[in-house]
Amino acid sequence: MAAMLEVQGLSKSFRGLRAVADVTFSVPEKGIIALIGPNGAGKTTCFNLIAGAMKPDAGRVRLAGKDITGFRADIACDAGIGRTFQLVKPFQDLTVLENVTVGALHKHGTVAAARRESAGFLDMLELGDKRHMHAANLTLPDRKRLEVARALATQPRLLLLDEVMAGLRPTETDRMVTVLKRLRSETGLTILLIEHVMRAVMALSDRVVVLHHGEKISEGTPEQVTKDPAVLECYLGEGAI
Amino acid sequence: MNDLTVSGRFALVVLVAVLLALPQFASGYVLSVTIICLYLSFVGQAWNMMLGFAGLLSIGHALFVGLGAYTSGYLFTKHGVPPVIGVVAAVAIAMIMGSIIGYLGFRFAIGGVYFALLTIAFSEFVRILLDHAKFLGGTEGLFLPVTQESRRGVDLVNLRGAPQMYYYVILALAGGAFLACRALLHGRIGYYWRAIRDNPEAAEAVGVHIFRFRMYAVVLSSGMAGIAGVFYAFYYNNLFPEQVLGIERSIEITLAPIVGGVGTLFGPIFGAFILTPLGEFLTYAVDGLKESGIIAKNVKTDGVKLMFWGLAVALIVLLQPKGLWPWVCKLLGLVKPPGERG
Amino acid sequence: MDSVTIINALVSGLLTGLVYGLSALGLSVIFGVIRIVNFAHGELMVLGMYLALMLFRWFGLDPLWSVPIGAAALFVVGYALQHFVVRRVAYLPDHMQFLLLAGIAIMLVSGCLVVFGPDAQGVQLPYALDSFAIGSLIIDKVRLYAALAAIAVASALLLFFKYSSTGRAIRACADNYLGAKVVGLNVDRLYALTFGIGAACIGAAGCIILLLVQVHPYLAPAYTLLAFVVVIVGGMGSLFGALLGGILIGVSEEMASVVLQPSLKTAFSFGLLIVVLLLRPQGLLGRVVR
Repeated sequence: MAAMLEVQGLSKSFRGLRAVADVTFSVPEKGIIALIGPNGAGKTTCFNLIAGAMKPDAGRVRLAGKDITGFRADIACDAGIGRTFQLVKPFQDLTVLENVTVGALHKHGTVAAARRESAGFLDMLELGDKRHMHAANLTLPDRKRLEVARALATQPRLLLLDEVMAGLRPTETDRMVTVLKRLRSETGLTILLIEHVMRAVMALSDRVVVLHHGEKISEGTPEQVTKDPAVLECYLGEGAI
Repeated sequence: MNDLTVSGRFALVVLVAVLLALPQFASGYVLSVTIICLYLSFVGQAWNMMLGFAGLLSIGHALFVGLGAYTSGYLFTKHGVPPVIGVVAAVAIAMIMGSIIGYLGFRFAIGGVYFALLTIAFSEFVRILLDHAKFLGGTEGLFLPVTQESRRGVDLVNLRGAPQMYYYVILALAGGAFLACRALLHGRIGYYWRAIRDNPEAAEAVGVHIFRFRMYAVVLSSGMAGIAGVFYAFYYNNLFPEQVLGIERSIEITLAPIVGGVGTLFGPIFGAFILTPLGEFLTYAVDGLKESGIIAKNVKTDGVKLMFWGLAVALIVLLQPKGLWPWVCKLLGLVKPPGERG
Repeated sequence: MDSVTIINALVSGLLTGLVYGLSALGLSVIFGVIRIVNFAHGELMVLGMYLALMLFRWFGLDPLWSVPIGAAALFVVGYALQHFVVRRVAYLPDHMQFLLLAGIAIMLVSGCLVVFGPDAQGVQLPYALDSFAIGSLIIDKVRLYAALAAIAVASALLLFFKYSSTGRAIRACADNYLGAKVVGLNVDRLYALTFGIGAACIGAAGCIILLLVQVHPYLAPAYTLLAFVVVIVGGMGSLFGALLGGILIGVSEEMASVVLQPSLKTAFSFGLLIVVLLLRPQGLLGRVVR
């Protein structure tokens, strides 16, 4: 299967601190890949580099074969990347429906059409009954779902999800997993997700990439990675192995 | 219309009816005060676009008004170009100036207070240049020809006529601006503007070209202010750089929208219709107090009026920072909450 | 244009610039610590000027001797302003803060208008027309005294911030608001002190500048703008920057009025402001603060 996303030698430093160091991995079309690692491993920075929020110091990012390295965020969105933010960024003064409409306007010329589409995405993420609430009044899990709906509304080819399961109850997590899997099988969406909630990682991902101190230290199926001594060491410390 | 409650619609209908019929029953004084209210509504709406929609605070908006006024005034006075045509040039020049300032602001990533100072700097710079521009009258002023007959009747091409004509012109401008902004806000561009204002990073992530949409707001804002300048020139018929582009004018432009509510559609109109009569009332009250001897005769009326004005503005900032219009809306139940709209 | 005229203009500009620098110090201190842009700056300065004017009229006090009184009076005004008013709008967006201070500025201007009338008034000093002559260099006495007074006040301020514990506490607040609170500094009180100190500078500058110009209520906006130009060129938040900026603006104004035309000198300053805002918004000595 062709790769939807190819990341090669990606690097970024902040004033001497190497946040992302020479990271290489790829995400196959219609694949779901999880990016895991302890806090501060550089996962969100990777997302920022791929989605255009930051420019990499070195390396290349290719989307379906096209080089999109260093593309500004809105151009990356044109190319087909949708993303959520780890620290959610809802449009506070807009209603839930209006939030998603902003996303839908990327692909629809009129507000009326965009709103219709948006209602559909809200129902998918179980936010339909809250559509007229102001985003500022939502709980955190709902805000995370709103981010997903808004990103989906731009009809991306690759969806970057940053810790969207945080704060969800196990049943809610399962529902989100079902929704994402269905999106993949019905629309061919490719997903790259950062996740700490192992329940979701194990249930959702085809493969897992592990980052630590900005470097990739392991890659494989969920089962392989959770048994990898290098991975266990970075999470639990040397003494625990 | 479907945003308004029943009482809201009623209020709107009454307002429009009164405004349309006003010249029939109002005195010359009331008419001229209302013209000022409408003018400030119009130019305030223009200013509002830049802050409310592009997120840029401008304290030099009188620059665009002045450019519009001088361009159309000069073309009429020295070349006989009627304002219906002159307005095109006026708007073009104002928009070009707006684009320059907006572009510089974005290109060099200047925001907030620094951008506000940039607008002041440009405004003062041009004002001083105009002071020295002899072909535009310099400090002695540019005077538009007015005759006795031109004060009667209606000449829309040259904008010469009775006060009633000017009233309907500014009413049309203010009303048109309101409707145009409303249409924009409800459309794609409005959604993008609100998104950029709220959270630029998130907006960019869903494909919004921040620079381009902000520039739309800047250019529209400056162009509209330019049109206001054309009206100003042909209503007052004399232009002095200090009076048209002075920083007091720029601050005056910002008062109505901020008091009414930045970023709201009706805020500038509401603010203008509150502040202007308030100012007139204060002048009247202070003069009255001087007559009855409560205040010494040699006290400057202007001073006392300004003092209360400043106090009113300060109080509004402290007590109702979102502006008076949202508060009044809620109080009188004029607007439906988002859930109940069509 | 001979070199004598140019050198005289340079020196004249330098001396006037030092007074501008003192006024800008007040603005810079307030912005550097409290992060609020004081649009009532010029109005506070005009208050200082009127105070010095009154003291001269009633007691025959030379404005130079009014400096401590002006500074003290404006300190109180500034402290009260921060404590009772400005503190409440710290969380509001920029344009609201601007409007509040603009409203206060309008009140102050109109107050002056009511009490003093709109006409320009000044002091007549016995040495107003005297000057020192060093070779072909002619230095006005008033300008020299004004500059010396400005230097004195500015030095006192710089020493205060460098060596006194309160001064250091204030600098801590400027550097790291949360950190300052965490170590137990009473930030509210320190902010009020800072505004008071800034206002005191402005008041002192007002008393001093009465030596050089006449006062009228509408002078205020011009001084606010001038202080902004100085602070931006020199660098917001940098004390030395304010002085340096003042000197630069003073000199460039004099040069512009000599080379071009006196009425264009303000335009030149604004042109300089535009250039600085675009190329180096943090000014010559400022930190990059956005």
